[in-house]
Amino acid sequence: MLKELKPALVMLVTLSALTGVAYPLLVTGIAQGLFPDAANGSLIERDGKAVGSELIGQSFTDPKYFWGRPSATGPTPFNAAASSGSNQGPLNPALEEAVKGRIAALKAADPAQTAPIPVDLVTASGSGLDPHISPSAAAWQAPRIARLRGLAPDRVQSLIEQHTDGRQFSVLGEARVNVLQLNLALDAERR
Amino acid sequence: MTANGTLQIGMYLAALLLLAWPLGLNMARVYAGDLPRYVRWLQPLENGLYRMAGVKPDQGMSWLRYATAFLIFNLLGLLVVYALQRLQLWLPLNPQGLANVTPDSAFNTAISFVTNTNWQGYGGETTMSYLTQMLGLNVQNFVSAAGGMAVLIAVVRGFTQREADGIGNFWVDLTRSTLYILLPLSLILAVALVSQGVVQTFAPSQTVELVQPLQTATGMETKQTIAVGPAASQIAIKQLGTNGGGFFSVNSAHPLENPTPLSNFLEMLAILLIPAALCITFGKMVGDIRQGVVILAAMTIVLVGLGAVCVGAEQAGNPLFERLGLATRASELSAGGNMEGKEARFGIVNSAIWATATTAASNGSVNAMHDSFTPLGGMVPMWLMQLGEVIFGGVGSGLYGMLMFAIVAVFVAGLMIGRTPEYLGKKIEAFEVKMAAVAILVPPLVVLLGAAIAVVVAPGVAGIANPGAHGFSEILYAFSSAGNNNGSAFGGLSANTPFYNGMLGFAMLFARYWLGIAVLAIAGSLAAKKSIPASVGTLPTHTPLFVLLLIGAVIVVGALTFLPALALGPVVEHLQMLGVH
Repeated sequence: MLKELKPALVMLVTLSALTGVAYPLLVTGIAQGLFPDAANGSLIERDGKAVGSELIGQSFTDPKYFWGRPSATGPTPFNAAASSGSNQGPLNPALEEAVKGRIAALKAADPAQTAPIPVDLVTASGSGLDPHISPSAAAWQAPRIARLRGLAPDRVQSLIEQHTDGRQFSVLGEARVNVLQLNLALDAERR
Repeated sequence: MTANGTLQIGMYLAALLLLAWPLGLNMARVYAGDLPRYVRWLQPLENGLYRMAGVKPDQGMSWLRYATAFLIFNLLGLLVVYALQRLQLWLPLNPQGLANVTPDSAFNTAISFVTNTNWQGYGGETTMSYLTQMLGLNVQNFVSAAGGMAVLIAVVRGFTQREADGIGNFWVDLTRSTLYILLPLSLILAVALVSQGVVQTFAPSQTVELVQPLQTATGMETKQTIAVGPAASQIAIKQLGTNGGGFFSVNSAHPLENPTPLSNFLEMLAILLIPAALCITFGKMVGDIRQGVVILAAMTIVLVGLGAVCVGAEQAGNPLFERLGLATRASELSAGGNMEGKEARFGIVNSAIWATATTAASNGSVNAMHDSFTPLGGMVPMWLMQLGEVIFGGVGSGLYGMLMFAIVAVFVAGLMIGRTPEYLGKKIEAFEVKMAAVAILVPPLVVLLGAAIAVVVAPGVAGIANPGAHGFSEILYAFSSAGNNNGSAFGGLSANTPFYNGMLGFAMLFARYWLGIAVLAIAGSLAAKKSIPASVGTLPTHTPLFVLLLIGAVIVVGALTFLPALALGPVVEHLQMLGVH
């Protein structure tokens, strides 16, 4: 048994150096050289200040902004230092309460909108940081945004389209709208 | 299922099978010492490692010595991972100043990564320093995968060698797996992932100004702190090595760990790639590639069948959402279905295929929260683990587990139709069948016993998050995951407690090593046997009939063992959900 102790020790040390030091350093070097923005979190700047990441959602509750997916992170929603889903089972009464509350808030913000609410707008995302909503969920909110911001519905529609990504290569994943970037574009519009 | 959903699943399977073939053939060359050109330049490094370690690469090991080397290497790895976690506050590369990990959590995590399980009782970004992730967890991502591959190759040698004492050299198999297979593939995948937005930096967390300040109980929050780190390098190997341990708490649901549909496709591909390719490697090594194709076919059929159930259940969604008047139909503009716990960019199809693939393989990474799946949608991943992680399974361990089922299938078929039980030219006798039975029965024993204990003691019940049958499912899922070295979870269960850290830690140990040792014993016994030529009395094992026999053996054992337990969890919950209508 002791015969294998020395090879075990040496192998662990050398393979650790290779896979635990050399490999991550090499990947970091390539990443920072080829894709520095992506490797550092895909940050968005406005007026020289970082105002978010393209890939990380933020909490929007003001009716004049598009709202994103509900977030189950604690203690505050969209806490990007501690990702978390709700982990609520499908029959958990807490899930029903939460969804009812979200429906009520959305309806209160736009009583005139009577179309069925897209399911992704009232269900918590897996990460609690989802930067996207479905195009349907953006369209559902568009009349509210147009009214509160005094924008033409066509203009809101075209902003949504500008910030919609279709399926990647027309096939993969789902079509989606980046909420933070869309809201930044809204703020950039002149009233 | 939508047309696009079918197309995405088809593309995934096509890419997987097309890549598995050449990779499998190249891996067979690597293990035979006939290195493909693109890695041959690394050979001096390999030889240097052997010289330093005092390993004679040509020297074969008996199965006992092989097992000893495997165990000692794992034990040392366990100590290192434990120590790194317990000391991280005083070590470098801890920019957030994260505290030392508690003893029970560190114990659980060390076992978890050394056994290729990657069960995570902790949240990555709030618990582990960059150094712990890199030098502890990431190293084990590589070498635990390589260890599984080594054991598999030893078993294959048991079939190919005749009247031999040795089943190969553990250090050689370990080194070649790491150096020539896992490292190059990881490097390519890691860079591809960064191009999609996966972070790879040693900088501390980023802070940004919120566009809309947030009203909280304690005042106005104007900033968002975004955890980053050297993630891409770790995520690449976590997928390729069927490890599954995420850099961040929510694993590959995190946008910085899996930012786009393309990154998702690549990561899903990586989950099954090596387990699928090893089937081809196996066929090549035993000199009849059809033998490997048969096993790959059996795995793929079960995967597709159960995947369809999972996608269907999640797309059908939660009747509650319809009762509340929500729009739940899938369209080009909305994924619909059960979106609780899922990401908008992945929708239903990609979340459900991932859940199927990650539990078919013993990967355990997630891109959606399995705890929020519908009862049937969540039963699919749970049952795939309970089948013993042989439908693809872990790298190496999945195929050696499946070979145990093949031995049983050959034996049972032999009894039924009066043929000599033999497999790949080796007679299957009492010892092999006993050891195969041990290997097949240990995981269910660990799962059912563990879950039974947890539901009757207070610290076990205290961890439950969801009421009713779903709470039982959370516990059953946890032990199914640990007891089969998968690592995914119904994440609501509060498992970072001394009770669960201890119980699940032991479950992972038993599942990995009890099984591994039984398998190596078979390898040793087979290697010592003569090879007998096929006769009219031999059951051919390269036919569609054998595919069915193999699937039958896996499904019957899995169903008989777990149906009663599943009836108390997902089945009851499904019936309750139907009542919501």
